[in-house]
Amino acid sequence: MSIRHSLLALLSEGQKYGFQLRQEFEASTGEVWALNVGQVYTTLQRLERDGLAVSDDVEADERQRNYRITEKGEEELARWLRTPPDLSQPPRDELVIKVLVASRLPSVDVHDVIQVHRRYLVQLMQQWTRMKEDESRLDLAFALAVDAELFRLDSVVRWLDSADGRLRRATLESTESPKEDTAALPSIRRRTGAHQ
Amino acid sequence: MSILELHKVSKVYGEGDTEVDAITDIELSVDRGSLVAIMGPSGSGKSTLLTIAGSLEEPTSGDVMIDGTRLAGMSRNDKARLRRRSVGYVFQDFNLLKGLTAVENVSLPLELDGVAMKKARSTAMAALEELGLADRADRFPDQLSGGERQRVAIARAVVGERSLLLADEPSGALDSVNGESVMRMILAACHGGVAAVVVTHDAKLASWADRVVFLRDGRAVDETLPPPSPEELLNPDVPNPS
Repeated sequence: MSIRHSLLALLSEGQKYGFQLRQEFEASTGEVWALNVGQVYTTLQRLERDGLAVSDDVEADERQRNYRITEKGEEELARWLRTPPDLSQPPRDELVIKVLVASRLPSVDVHDVIQVHRRYLVQLMQQWTRMKEDESRLDLAFALAVDAELFRLDSVVRWLDSADGRLRRATLESTESPKEDTAALPSIRRRTGAHQ
Repeated sequence: MSILELHKVSKVYGEGDTEVDAITDIELSVDRGSLVAIMGPSGSGKSTLLTIAGSLEEPTSGDVMIDGTRLAGMSRNDKARLRRRSVGYVFQDFNLLKGLTAVENVSLPLELDGVAMKKARSTAMAALEELGLADRADRFPDQLSGGERQRVAIARAVVGERSLLLADEPSGALDSVNGESVMRMILAACHGGVAAVVVTHDAKLASWADRVVFLRDGRAVDETLPPPSPEELLNPDVPNPS
């Protein structure tokens, strides 16, 4: 997450002090992401250095300075909002690695391993869902941030479900036609991109 | 108090070579006011469990109790009466009768149970009003959106003095916002004292439940831990569940 661009976005609404930016940042993310005030001032210094923001009184203590966005800052914000984050490289996902490792070990029931992680993820989802249960007190920014987390966790549960089914099918096929067993497993490994 | 209890419930379809164990030795207890989700892949026995819990199907062995009444040994008529009075169903495809308006769909189970038409209609109207559908009461199902049809189905399921709500993939093909509304309505019914069981493969829907039971090959293989208290949720030092 870019604190730099989030602060630029808040400054594009008008002039603001550092402490005010911190409060508004946390409110705009539904208070899901906390920010310490030191990070705010360090980021503001860099924004000034790069000509993306200016303060009204460079001599004053940073807590007393009022910051505003520059024209260059507005352009940078517009560019950032429309630039997709780099998702082209799959992350080195610990859970994926654990399932791949478990699938190779004859002494481990990979389906049990999958179920342990599935239960943990659903429990996390229950906690997030509970936070948005009271609709009358549900702030829009908070609801969006909670939904993002729920969809992220849900996608992992779906992957586990899919892996569970695929591994069962592979086991079934290898029982029915043992000769195809050795060919089926490497193809699974190739598709998931795991290293041997 | 348990509204639904399943004790060592099994269901076998077919005979001999074609015998299939749909569910095996299921233990499940659902208290008044609680929402339990059943998760599992296709063919894991979720829907069979639900139809047996709602007395729409007989188990091969084991006991089912609804509202403290043991279903085994009850006559067909008594079971039908128990279903009408105590159990509400919500199906994936809504199952509304096309020739009846929204309010007629909701009042039908009450009328079948002998409630006078006028009283049944006013009770149905109250249920529709609670779900924000008062102005849709006289519309036919095909004049309603998917979300509205599902709200009518939920109104029909909770109308009257029902104590048990059973839902099979209740969000059907609805989008996630409407799916969330459906779960909020089911949760509201639970807060009103109804016990609910929701069968789903969708973790986002299941996460509304107090407890999630995982089915695999007809067996309940796992379930989530009890939910944390509000104090635990607000305290970041509480360890992750595992």
